[in-house]
Amino acid sequence: MTALAICGGRLIDPAAGVDEQKDVLLIDGRVAEIAATGKLKSRNGAEVLDATGLVVTPGLIDIHVHLREPGQAYKETIATGTAAAAAGGFTSVAAMPNTTPVNDSPEVTRWMQAPERGAQVRVFPIAAATRGSKGEAISDYAALKSAGAVAVTDDGRPILKDGMMRETLAAAARVGLTVIQHAEDTRMTQGASMNLGPTSFKLGLRGMPNEAETSIVERDIRLVAELKDARPHLHVAHLSTAAALAAVRQARRNGLRVTCEVTPHHFLLTDEHVGLYNTHAKMNPPLRSAADREAMIEGILDGVVDAIATDHAPHAMHEKEVEFELAPNGIIGLETALGLSVRWLHREWRMPLGRVLSLLSAQPAALLGLKGRGTLTVGSYADVVVFDPKVEWTYRATESQSKAKNTPFDGWQMQGKVRWTVSEGKIAYASA
Amino acid sequence: MRLTEAIGPKLRDRPMMNPAAPAIRRALTTPPAPASSFPYNSGSLLSVLDLTVEGVSHLLVRATELEHEDPIVRDRILAKRRIALLFYESSTRTRTSFELASKALGADTTLVSNLSSSIEKGESLKDTGLTLRALGAEAIILRHNSSGAAWLLEETTRLPVVNAGDGMHEHPTQALLDLRTIMTQLRPGVAGVGPETLAGTTVMIVGDILHSRVARSNMLLLPRVGARVLLCGPKELLPEQAARSGPGIQIERDFEAALKQSQAVMMLRIQAERLAGLQLDLEEYKACYQLTGQRLAALAPEAVVLHPGPIIRGMEITAGVADGVQSAILEQVTNGLAIRMAVMERALTTATGGRA
Repeated sequence: MTALAICGGRLIDPAAGVDEQKDVLLIDGRVAEIAATGKLKSRNGAEVLDATGLVVTPGLIDIHVHLREPGQAYKETIATGTAAAAAGGFTSVAAMPNTTPVNDSPEVTRWMQAPERGAQVRVFPIAAATRGSKGEAISDYAALKSAGAVAVTDDGRPILKDGMMRETLAAAARVGLTVIQHAEDTRMTQGASMNLGPTSFKLGLRGMPNEAETSIVERDIRLVAELKDARPHLHVAHLSTAAALAAVRQARRNGLRVTCEVTPHHFLLTDEHVGLYNTHAKMNPPLRSAADREAMIEGILDGVVDAIATDHAPHAMHEKEVEFELAPNGIIGLETALGLSVRWLHREWRMPLGRVLSLLSAQPAALLGLKGRGTLTVGSYADVVVFDPKVEWTYRATESQSKAKNTPFDGWQMQGKVRWTVSEGKIAYASA
Repeated sequence: MRLTEAIGPKLRDRPMMNPAAPAIRRALTTPPAPASSFPYNSGSLLSVLDLTVEGVSHLLVRATELEHEDPIVRDRILAKRRIALLFYESSTRTRTSFELASKALGADTTLVSNLSSSIEKGESLKDTGLTLRALGAEAIILRHNSSGAAWLLEETTRLPVVNAGDGMHEHPTQALLDLRTIMTQLRPGVAGVGPETLAGTTVMIVGDILHSRVARSNMLLLPRVGARVLLCGPKELLPEQAARSGPGIQIERDFEAALKQSQAVMMLRIQAERLAGLQLDLEEYKACYQLTGQRLAALAPEAVVLHPGPIIRGMEITAGVADGVQSAILEQVTNGLAIRMAVMERALTTATGGRA
């Protein structure tokens, strides 16, 4: 029996509506008891973590990461990516299928979850929606689901054909899987490397228009409406434009199961942060205009946005040290999501801390149906993060647990420092 | 909906009056983009914005002085200094002009082009730059097909880098030589420039603005010495955003209306190699935007005609206009030599440039 008692802290469990001083006892990977401070009945023999002055909350859940295994271990491995996750307070990550080979099979799905991968936190594979993510034939969803896949997507290679997307939504609905769409009409973004606007003109770079995202989101919502009786669940990945957000808002009003996530970089940065060709500000979807960024914040504050996800996308140093147009898309984000969210959403824009944490745990767990995660009630998984919400610190990319250092947030002020990350009862990260 | 059940009414169905709303209205400022560290080397010329108006004026004055300097004296200014020309795109004018300018100051030059070097084998721009530095290059002149390449090369080598054209972005020495040409034609006898020198002058730039680094450098440079820049072209080649690139830039889509207002007319080539699938009716383009002798005589009989080359006779400009009395196209080429002498002198003799 392994037992861990987290004592003296402020327990914030948004899903259970709890925000008060509580002690938490974890036994054998599950929450065994929750009691008022100092009142745990069965803490004898348990290792005690002193959480006085700290926040104790369900381990964070990132539903959009790229762990690069199998096949691209020079960028990141499941071991290093999940070490970064643990350092950032995450106890669950959902891994995208654009690996080599593409994760479109139960074999790869199982391989990613095998103990040999050395994961520090729980990895939930997201499988390819179509074979090889080629957009031609759908994968075997039932088999993928029983191998552990929690959703399907062709992230990075959006499903453009209406018929294929309709088939995907219908088939996924039959087995109860979410379809995640990277919404980009790639026919409108050929050769483009940033957002289309005055900045892209100035820099002489081809731009991606907002319509490339909104047209796909609107098309997908139309398909969800047509398939209403099957109750498909569409989740829009890394939403970045005001118009796409409005479409999601309207779909929800119409009673459709449409959810969305927003990344910290899309609610904090604009295309002006590309500066003079900073490849650490190159990602897809690209950093958008100031108006789009403001819409993301409003969407988060008023509740249309269901989750904050990082789109953690590690790349090797040499891959980003090239001409802007040649650099691969993406930035790492697991170690900065909490610090940026507390610093900006909570402190700057006055969002209650419980709601910020809900976007990072309870809501992502609910939208992917991760049972027993994203909450700390007796019987749920012993996934906990203990952090100091007041501490301000400076993020240094060189100190990242990830193999990669590609981030625009190097040197940024963060607020909220992780003290311990506990994954299924084991301490996965402890700060010095 | 399942989500509502899972998360509970506490979160989702909370009254929508949002306590944060007033706060956002107040505090939606973007965290500022970090200040630029470019250029790392004060001898570099990456963008026309790297120069103050004073700096521009100094280059114009030095160009004239160097042009008239005794070749034997001139030959000592950069005697035996090593300059590499790194060219990822074909070029006649710019390459030869930089090479002759460098040699006129006594420098040794070496040409590396993407078609006859290890670049073909996959060597990166960073490694190519570091290799040239290790071979003793003290400055690099870069022509590259990718916007921003000069910034990458400067950051990685920290050498004085002179941007000889990066993708669709900038071509600063072209803008400087265009300014020299305009000055010679419209302000004869005036050596330097100040913020008002070209006040009252309208320079129109016509054609494929979207893909033109010449247009971008000129529209950023000319207003700083007092000129008004009028951009002219169809929507596909001239997006509205162009006018927001800086102060003193306006759009006039009617070619003839623009001509009537202009004292200098800069024609651009349609860059077929950068059109990227854009469908353009060339006959219609010619009908609307070709600079013909008739149009010029009727609407701008005094204006000076410029073109950065290569010109496509019979396309954007007729042969008659290209060879006509108002044309300063070959004068531009000659001015390029003088300007590039001044730019290379600056590259290797400013405070932290080169060996100093």
